Amino acid sequence: MPYQDPKKRIKNFDEVSLGYDKDLAIKEAKRCLQCKKPSCVKGCPVGIDIPSFIKEISNDNYKGALEKLKEKNLLPAICGRVCPQEDQCEKLCIVGKKNEPIAIGRLERFVADNQKMTSKLKPGLEGEKVAVVGSGPAGLACASELLQRGYRVTIFEALHKPGGVLMYGIPEFRLPKDVVEQEINQLVDMGVELQTNMVIGQTITLLELLEKGYKAVFIGSGAGLPFFLNIPGENLNGVYSANEFLTRANLMKAYLYPKWETPLRVGKKVVVVGAGNVAMDSARTAMRLGAKEVSIVYRRSEAEMPARKEEIFHAKEEGIEMNLLTNPISIEGDAEGWVNKIRCINMELGDPDESGRRRPKPVKGSEFTIEVDTVIMAIGQGANPVIPRSTKNLNLNDKGNIEVDSETGQTSIEGVFAGGDVVTGAATVIQAMGAGKQCAESIDKYIKNN
Amino acid sequence: MNTIISKDILSPSIKRYVIKNSKIAAKAEAGQFIILRVHEKGERIPLTIADYDREKGTVAIVFQEVGNTTQKLGEMEVGDKILDFVGPLGVPTTLPQGDNIVCIGGGMGIAPIYPEVKSLYNKGVKVTGVLGARTKDILFFSNEMDKICDKLYIVTDDGSQGRKGFVTDVLRDIIKNDNKIDGVIAVGPLPMMKAVCDITKVHNIPTIVSLNSLMVDGTGMCGGCRVTIGDEVKFACIDGPSFDGLKVDFDEQMRRLKMYKEEEEKVLGCKCGGEC
Ligand SMILES: Cc1cc2nc3c(=O)[nH]c(=O)nc-3n(C[C@H](O)[C@H](O)[C@H](O)COP(=O)(O)OP(=O)(O)OC[C@H]3O[C@@H](n4cnc5c(N)ncnc54)[C@H](O)[C@@H]3O)c2cc1C
Ligand SMILES: Cc1cc2nc3c(=O)[nH]c(=O)nc-3n(C[C@H](O)[C@H](O)[C@H](O)COP(=O)(O)OP(=O)(O)OC[C@H]3O[C@@H](n4cnc5c(N)ncnc54)[C@H](O)[C@@H]3O)c2cc1C
Ligand code: SF4
Ligand code: SF4
Ligand code: FES
Ligand SMILES: [Mg+2]
Repeated sequence: MPYQDPKKRIKNFDEVSLGYDKDLAIKEAKRCLQCKKPSCVKGCPVGIDIPSFIKEISNDNYKGALEKLKEKNLLPAICGRVCPQEDQCEKLCIVGKKNEPIAIGRLERFVADNQKMTSKLKPGLEGEKVAVVGSGPAGLACASELLQRGYRVTIFEALHKPGGVLMYGIPEFRLPKDVVEQEINQLVDMGVELQTNMVIGQTITLLELLEKGYKAVFIGSGAGLPFFLNIPGENLNGVYSANEFLTRANLMKAYLYPKWETPLRVGKKVVVVGAGNVAMDSARTAMRLGAKEVSIVYRRSEAEMPARKEEIFHAKEEGIEMNLLTNPISIEGDAEGWVNKIRCINMELGDPDESGRRRPKPVKGSEFTIEVDTVIMAIGQGANPVIPRSTKNLNLNDKGNIEVDSETGQTSIEGVFAGGDVVTGAATVIQAMGAGKQCAESIDKYIKNN
Repeated sequence: MNTIISKDILSPSIKRYVIKNSKIAAKAEAGQFIILRVHEKGERIPLTIADYDREKGTVAIVFQEVGNTTQKLGEMEVGDKILDFVGPLGVPTTLPQGDNIVCIGGGMGIAPIYPEVKSLYNKGVKVTGVLGARTKDILFFSNEMDKICDKLYIVTDDGSQGRKGFVTDVLRDIIKNDNKIDGVIAVGPLPMMKAVCDITKVHNIPTIVSLNSLMVDGTGMCGGCRVTIGDEVKFACIDGPSFDGLKVDFDEQMRRLKMYKEEEEKVLGCKCGGEC
């Protein structure tokens, strides 16, 4: 697939992957063997009929292809871009055994970008009311599935814009915000009511929603609570959580400051701690905001990096350095309280831990210092506590995630369901969507039986 | 929703708006705040809920024009709608126990202290009010406060109204003359709150302060508002903004508030009208 030249793209926020044109798409589609028992489908958390949509592309029938996609996935332009396909559908593609697997995600994106769906559904004015909390992929998927089953759905979103991480976390150069807006607008056109600036647990509580006539509630509030390492110096000026850094850049468009009015300070030397997608996004954003040197600090080795391979590759291409087997031990600052150094220690890999990855251990006496003026902590997020704190009897697990029945997605409160990152901890867009759909099905059953 | 119902100019740079938002009015408690955005490209800024009327479905904000966003807010007129207005955020202040409470409001801190005094007054608690400001032009709410305070002291740095000096001068006298103070609530600039806590710490008087950290979302998602309380890091937007003043790391807060000084000055300095 064509990409923007790394030298050019580190100076702009335009999309890195340019997408297939028609010829490339048809050529790629024709490589698909149209398997009778397609293994690729098993790798897709929402079970898209992959061979069928690909067949429509090779037939030059993009409308048909989009219809096939939308049977299972209402956000194909988004998933085609950000799904970790190499670990999902494409990993199981039979062609991939000997050659490059079919580029399912890229084809999905091609269809969604080139064929606009005209919304079909009208608002279901008679159905029962269901509330959806959070407008990330889990909430959006749940809402659309409920709508198709005839319910009246209201989404309550805390921020001023819907989309969750799609809007505030994943950067423009990887997932353009107008793509996200377009896909969400389609839902609104189909009849979902969207209320922004509504923090459930503050503006109105979850239990009040049930009292107000919503027959069931779905919680898709995500894993928005940023973790810190709890090392000295983390509150120095110039130390950000990745969430803050990315929210300022994406949702608030600080890269267009001062035209857009939210400021963001990026120094010349930036260290990002962590090696997931969030870390890569932070590092690449910092580079585009004018940093001269950006490096990743990660305590394990490249093999364990949780980010998508493609993102690691792009990050390297853009000049981001990888300090692997390195762990921060403290952050130091100048007299005014601005960060200026990060102390690290080298690590080596020991025996496997509970995650099956080899456990990193510090190498005695290997401490060293990196000079920095910005540090971004991208070491993971937990479930946001606003809803649990304000909802009696909502059970959490020991990680603080909402506990649900694995089959139905119902929480400890009758009629209240939950899915996505708030249940699993930080995962993927398509997994969150899968959970949202599954809960919609359970909600349908629950309401019919009550 | 979010329509400005009334606009009072309390001083050339301080304005009070009453805003229609029945959802927030229904829930608001003393100590909570809202976050607003003035226009599509605007930043999100937090302001304390200075009063609320559940029946009329309105909340009041009082703000000082200190920079870009507050200036744009100040240009709005009655009838205009505020684009985004979300709340109530934060946890309500746990008011100090006892029946002899001192409430200190310094500068803009008078706005947030008002609903707290009102709650105490409604519970029948005897409140000693102390209002301080640099000069009399920026001192507001003294009549309103007089009605709900048992005693009210006013101080200005330049002596243009009330006693000349600082709120801490008054606090020291109250401590000396009163036999027992059960608690202090102090809201104002960080150096003022710090100075108050330096005094109350010595006398071991429970003290509540309200922290005005930098915020973005106000929902616990960004961690930009983190504050150190004792040996714990808390998020002011969901754990506060009121905290035990005797445990707050004020120096860290003062430093963190300066994070965007340069950028803020730059945007104010530019006279292009948003075209650059
Ligand atoms: C920087 C970054 C990059 C990522 N990159 C990828 C990627 O490339 N591929 C991939 O598959 N996944 C990626 N992920 C993970 C993926 O984005 C998440 O797994 C997914 O968004 C989870 O969806 P969700 O709907 O559960 O939650 P979220 O997307 O987090 O949405 C939750 C929504 O709920 C709202 N909310 C929270 N509390 C309340 C409340 N009390 N009241 C009302 N609303 C509330 C939030 O404001 C938010 O809008 C990335 C994540 C991040 C942070
Ligand atoms: C919980 C809380 C309650 C507050 N209540 C009031 C109030 O009732 N009345 C009032 O006048 N002010 C209040 N403030 C402060 C108010 O938010 C800032 O004055 C305002 O954000 C300044 O924005 P600006 O663009 O006009 O000025 P800028 O020039 O951008 O900033 C001036 C100073 O304001 C502070 N500030 C800037 N942006 C933010 C932000 N996003 N969040 C917090 N502080 C910021 C910084 O210290 C900055 O140096 C409160 C702050 C908090 C956190
Ligand atoms: S949604 Fe994701 S996993 Fe499913 S087919 Fe598309 S790219 Fe593959
Ligand atoms: S497994 Fe690969 S070749 Fe077979 S249908 Fe799926 S995409 Fe086509
Ligand atoms: S303002 Fe973002 S976590 Fe408090
Ligand atoms: Mg500002």
